[in-house]
Amino acid sequence: MKSAVIVFPGSNCDRDCKVAIERSTGSSVDMVWHQETALPSGLDLIVLPGGFSYGDYLRCGAMAALSPVMAEVKAAAERGVAVVGICNGFQVLCEAGMLPGALLRNAKLKYICKAVTLDVTNTQTRFSTGYAASREAVMTVGNGEGNFFAEEAELDRIEGEGQVVFRYRDNPNGSARNIAGIVNGKGNVLGLMPHPDRSFEGELGSADGALLFQSALASA
Amino acid sequence: MKAKVHVFLKPGVLDVQGKAIEGAVHTLGFGGVSDVRVGRMIEFDIAGTDRAAVEAEVKTLCDRLLANTVIESYRVELI
Repeated sequence: MKSAVIVFPGSNCDRDCKVAIERSTGSSVDMVWHQETALPSGLDLIVLPGGFSYGDYLRCGAMAALSPVMAEVKAAAERGVAVVGICNGFQVLCEAGMLPGALLRNAKLKYICKAVTLDVTNTQTRFSTGYAASREAVMTVGNGEGNFFAEEAELDRIEGEGQVVFRYRDNPNGSARNIAGIVNGKGNVLGLMPHPDRSFEGELGSADGALLFQSALASA
Repeated sequence: MKAKVHVFLKPGVLDVQGKAIEGAVHTLGFGGVSDVRVGRMIEFDIAGTDRAAVEAEVKTLCDRLLANTVIESYRVELI
């Protein structure tokens, strides 16, 4: 098993992701700088980490989406490689057009940092099979712009196609239809605002995030 | 030529900053103020003399980077 974490200027959960993947799955993890024009060969999983890429200038994730490495991430996703964007990584995936919708400022304008309970609404995706028994997960959120938005018709479409994977039980940020995480149509690109990388072993308050990395790599 | 690009959240998208500012404006006693929207203005020089061609180029730039058309609309001004 081989994974990569993309490092943008301003990423601050890149190392958390590396440790979380290594400890929960035993996969090796390469750190890949955003200016790279090639990815390591034979990757099973690519993670875009949380943080404040480019200082959140212009819009969260907008500049990172145009990084040279993102052309390679897109090509890998088209080949079927699993891609996970966490928090700022989710924003980058939306800005890059790899996932539908966008993330707006939280409805109450506050930066929210706390543990949240999620319903796993689709346990059939390659990222969520590990939640088939519990159908719920506790993870930490830490975001100021995590308020998922898409047009009503688009929301109907992604719900109808089973692309909503995680929903907040108690919506902290105003997200449309309580959406916390979605996959693309092909099912190999996941974006979520909560941090599995901050919730992967009991001492962190929850070990539920480990199941996400384990599911992703078991499906590879 | 100088371009000014005005970017705002689309009308159907809740502008929470605008709402917060509106609340403060009302606190100041300006009860006649409503529908406050917060946007950004991006200004730059751009080479070219053919106005239509420059406008088309700026719009492409807006679609690709300066605005996220899922949530934002923009207006281009050329001076």
